[in-house]
Amino acid sequence: MKNLYLIAYLDLKESLRAKWFLVYSLVFGGLIALFFIAGVTESQVMGFSGLSRLLLMYIQITIVILPIFILITTVRSISGDRDNHILEYMLSFPISLKQYYWGKIIGRFITVYIPVLFAMVIAVFYGFIKGAEIPWSIFFLYTGLLFSLSSAFLGIAFFISSFVKSSEVALGIAFFIWIFLLAFIDIALISLMMQQRFNEGVIIFIAMINPMELFRVAAISLFDPELTVMGPVAFYILDLMSQTLFVLLAIGYPLLLGLLFATLGFVIFKKKDLV
Amino acid sequence: MIQISNLTKKFGSHLSLDNVSCTFDKGESVALMGANGAGKTTLIRSILGYYHPDGGEVLINGLNPIQERTKVLQDISFVPQLPPPIKLSTEELIHYISVSANVEKELIRHYANEMKLDISANANKSFFKLSGGMKQKLLIAISLAKKSNIIIYDEPTANLDPKARDDFYRLLKENENEKILLFVTHRLEEVRELVNRQIYMDLGKVVSDEIF
Ligand SMILES: Nc1ncnc2c1ncn2[C@@H]1O[C@H](COP(=O)(O)OP(=O)(O)OP(=O)(O)O)[C@@H](O)[C@H]1O
Ligand SMILES: [Mg+2]
Repeated sequence: MKNLYLIAYLDLKESLRAKWFLVYSLVFGGLIALFFIAGVTESQVMGFSGLSRLLLMYIQITIVILPIFILITTVRSISGDRDNHILEYMLSFPISLKQYYWGKIIGRFITVYIPVLFAMVIAVFYGFIKGAEIPWSIFFLYTGLLFSLSSAFLGIAFFISSFVKSSEVALGIAFFIWIFLLAFIDIALISLMMQQRFNEGVIIFIAMINPMELFRVAAISLFDPELTVMGPVAFYILDLMSQTLFVLLAIGYPLLLGLLFATLGFVIFKKKDLV
Repeated sequence: MIQISNLTKKFGSHLSLDNVSCTFDKGESVALMGANGAGKTTLIRSILGYYHPDGGEVLINGLNPIQERTKVLQDISFVPQLPPPIKLSTEELIHYISVSANVEKELIRHYANEMKLDISANANKSFFKLSGGMKQKLLIAISLAKKSNIIIYDEPTANLDPKARDDFYRLLKENENEKILLFVTHRLEEVRELVNRQIYMDLGKVVSDEIF
């Protein structure tokens, strides 16, 4: 336990000093600042206003950029340390591979999760000062969604980093996964839908296996079903199961997916040579 | 005791260790020698449990260094051939070692001083920004402070100035009693005083093994 905490703590400290972390924090903090400057909270579009709208916009953008940020910054964490012989030295001390690997993940998780959460807290706080009504249920839903979004992609990134050889390939895989989940699946499904080969249940099921799509739908699931933003997919799902169940699923499934990938990564890490 | 039996390690089709067997006992100080690419580093890494062998096994006091890595590594001090580009500050690195391996920070400072390395002046510097020789001095100080029964050095003196080399050999001499010391080197005359056994490797095999 002590060693797990030690590794996490040192990784966190190292990340906080890194330039990518600065950029990362500025992007999400800047996003919130931009929304306020642009007066998003004052506008009335599509029936909802104020902070809920700001938070919705924030999470919609975050769903797109957070995964690529996490993938790019993490995809070389283990293999990079192996290639430049950092593991050779750091693991010459009596630390188990389990403690090392999971300690790294915990440290990295805190690094990627805190800034996106913090940006949202600032938004709520600033909105509160300006006298806006605080949409607590949305705030807590998004806190949970960001948590499981971060873990899903962190898990995938650590999985890749457990075996990939060169930085170029690692980055290539990262981009591919991101684009694939972001767009390719949708495009493929739309074309399938147009050919009417499968029934819509199957198509929606496939769409929802994709964590990014699941987050998109979950992000709007608390809004009034009458709203046009809902779209047919969300409408279909909320017709199928209760809102609570869907929210639990939207948070639980990606979390599990992340854990699964991280565990696979650990198995590979343990099986491979350390240098 | 380190027991290596029929150890074979391949990288692709290249045989880096070819059926190596040997034993190191308490009180032995070994100069491990051989041409570049002979397999010295590979042997050392296998002892540390970093490589999954293609054949044979390594036992350290009867324990497998892969399966029982934390127990085995408790008793090993190691300085690698090249200091790695660790991004932690010197202070953080020392903290890491003091917590994970139960080494007193004071003792690391003591040995660093003996090696003429001023730790406090470099406490907040990233380890990889230290000069080559300073890095090696710090790793050597750590290895001595760890008080292990097995000490493994993979050419640790490459970047040390002559004065630092003398300091290092003096400290090592004070510390080697009743231990196993494995010392990879290309210059036997330097460690002659220190060692009582010489192993020569070539093409992944032990080609000569002399005790003096
Ligand atoms: N990770 C690896 N992948 C592929 N080949 C490797 C790897 N590590 C070592 N080798 C090969 O194994 C052989 C032995 O290497 P090793 O590092 O053990 O030599 P060495 O005796 O330490 O040499 P030197 O004196 O130059 O340090 C070399 O031919 C090297 O190319
Ligand atoms: Mg070598």
